[in-house]
Amino acid sequence: MAASDRKTPPDTSTEADRPGLDHPSNTPHATSVEDGGRRGRIGSVEIFAAVLVLLIFLREPLAGLLTTPSLATWTTVFVSVMVQAVPFLVFGVLLSAVIAVFVPRSFWARALPKHPALAVPVASAAGVVLPGCECGAVPIAGSLIRRGVTPAAALAFLLAAPAINPIVLAATAVAFPHNPEMVLGRAVASLIVAMVMGWLWLRLGRADWIRLPHRPDLDGLGRGEMFWSAVRHDVVHAGGFLVIGAMAAASINVLVPERWLQTLADQPLLSVLALAGLAVLLSICSEADAFVAASLSQFSLTARLAFLVVGPMVDLKLISMQAGIFGRRFAARFAPATFAVAVTVAVITGMVLL
Amino acid sequence: MNRLTQACIMIFFAAAVLQASVTDLYLRYVKEELRPFLIAASLLLIAAAVMTLWYELRPDPGTTADRTNPDDREATNAEQATSGSPAAVTHDGHAHHEPRVAWLLILPALGLLLVAPPALGSYAAGQAGTAVTTQQDYGDDYPPLPAGDPARTTVLDYAARALFDKGQSIGNRRVELTGFVTPGPDGQPILARMVMSCCAADGRPVKLGMSGNAPTGLANDTWIQVTGRYTDRLTRDPVNDEEIPYIEVDFWRQVTAPKDPYD
Repeated sequence: MAASDRKTPPDTSTEADRPGLDHPSNTPHATSVEDGGRRGRIGSVEIFAAVLVLLIFLREPLAGLLTTPSLATWTTVFVSVMVQAVPFLVFGVLLSAVIAVFVPRSFWARALPKHPALAVPVASAAGVVLPGCECGAVPIAGSLIRRGVTPAAALAFLLAAPAINPIVLAATAVAFPHNPEMVLGRAVASLIVAMVMGWLWLRLGRADWIRLPHRPDLDGLGRGEMFWSAVRHDVVHAGGFLVIGAMAAASINVLVPERWLQTLADQPLLSVLALAGLAVLLSICSEADAFVAASLSQFSLTARLAFLVVGPMVDLKLISMQAGIFGRRFAARFAPATFAVAVTVAVITGMVLL
Repeated sequence: MNRLTQACIMIFFAAAVLQASVTDLYLRYVKEELRPFLIAASLLLIAAAVMTLWYELRPDPGTTADRTNPDDREATNAEQATSGSPAAVTHDGHAHHEPRVAWLLILPALGLLLVAPPALGSYAAGQAGTAVTTQQDYGDDYPPLPAGDPARTTVLDYAARALFDKGQSIGNRRVELTGFVTPGPDGQPILARMVMSCCAADGRPVKLGMSGNAPTGLANDTWIQVTGRYTDRLTRDPVNDEEIPYIEVDFWRQVTAPKDPYD
């Protein structure tokens, strides 16, 4: 299977022979040709400048829009999701660039068990060390796959890291002072989901579903240039998709009033699905979602556990970022599968532990 | 989009975040503790953009030769079969391979620089249920109110003491609370304050009914400072069916919005 073939050293998979990437076969001189061509016509820098000038004149009408309370709230939530994500995004992107440039491929071959099925639980447990939320994990997982880590292990890490790191578990403990079993339930259920998804990928996943974005400029550069080039690429890429996710989350926040949930709270199965769906739509950072879950007190603990397990693994901003980093074909299969596995595992964990 | 534009957009975005975090603007959107990380992250973004500009704009005669030289490639890759392949020497400057989605990063920067939306207020408070739930019940461990008459405390603290401590730790003392005005379940104005654990997306309201000398005729989102005493009167929030405690208002005055609008 292609997913596991990737790991056999010497690893021949690079940017160049990754499936589905069309490589223009231009020579190094193409750069200067391109630069020369850019000067003659209107390029993106000129468009950017024009947009800025235009916006100076649009300032008044824009400010006027904000007198509508729902639009003002939308903008506040959108901006705050972005601002809050910036440190985590930058941290994740820097770590991913370090992985891409400074950590040799052989390190991953040594650090992870040779057999992909064993690499999955090790990678899931390694999520404990990444202190952050889900925005940073996506570029890191992309970088790991580029560096020859078997996709199953990288995906297990992607799912586990935002949910089981110490900061998130500590926040969960603070949010549920009377239910310490929620912390255990969250850690156990999230780990199980990450491992199940990793193994599922080994059985069913196809390597050509993953289309990592082309990072052409990493070939043939010095280390410093490679590092900053990787940082720039990941910031604009992951950041751009984060914007789409933040807009979606802000829209849900404004359009779906909480009282709609009230009617669902009393039905055991529906309430689990409702909160799992809400976790997807709200796209709250995994360090904060426990506080929101605590405030949804009309729901059962199991339903709230589903909220905490699904949220860091599948939400609008993650789906958007995954589609951007791994490709749409991947996200269209991975997100629904993760959702189904996460809900099932959360319900079972809830029945056993809570 | 070419790399120059990407660098410009990164600088624009980072400058907006930096500007918000060196002023008090960021307090409308995120927790105060995030400030050093915001400043560090935006400086790093600016550094990445400056490095991009430097690599793009420097005159580079001679790099052509370097770039086709397999030895200059990443040292750890040297043993790999790729270094000799034609794909390995591909250096691709094509703009159309660069992500168009990067343009979207302009939007949050504009939101911060041009619009600077207000902190969550009355509208958001009406959308969500009051956030004082049994999870904030600290049992018998309520510390005494701060010294002074009236004792200054927060809306959240008063609500928790009123609901779970039945006002015992408040006793007959006067308390002073700051919050904004929003319509309550019965249409009467109530006092609310948003609490936030990470960013405004998880902001939830804490609501307090006002009896006694309650303010009337104030616009929504007007900030007031209320001095009053404990009362055992309660109502219910129709949004999440949780109890909303009341405060017996002695007097109130209009104040400017606090620097940190969240509890």
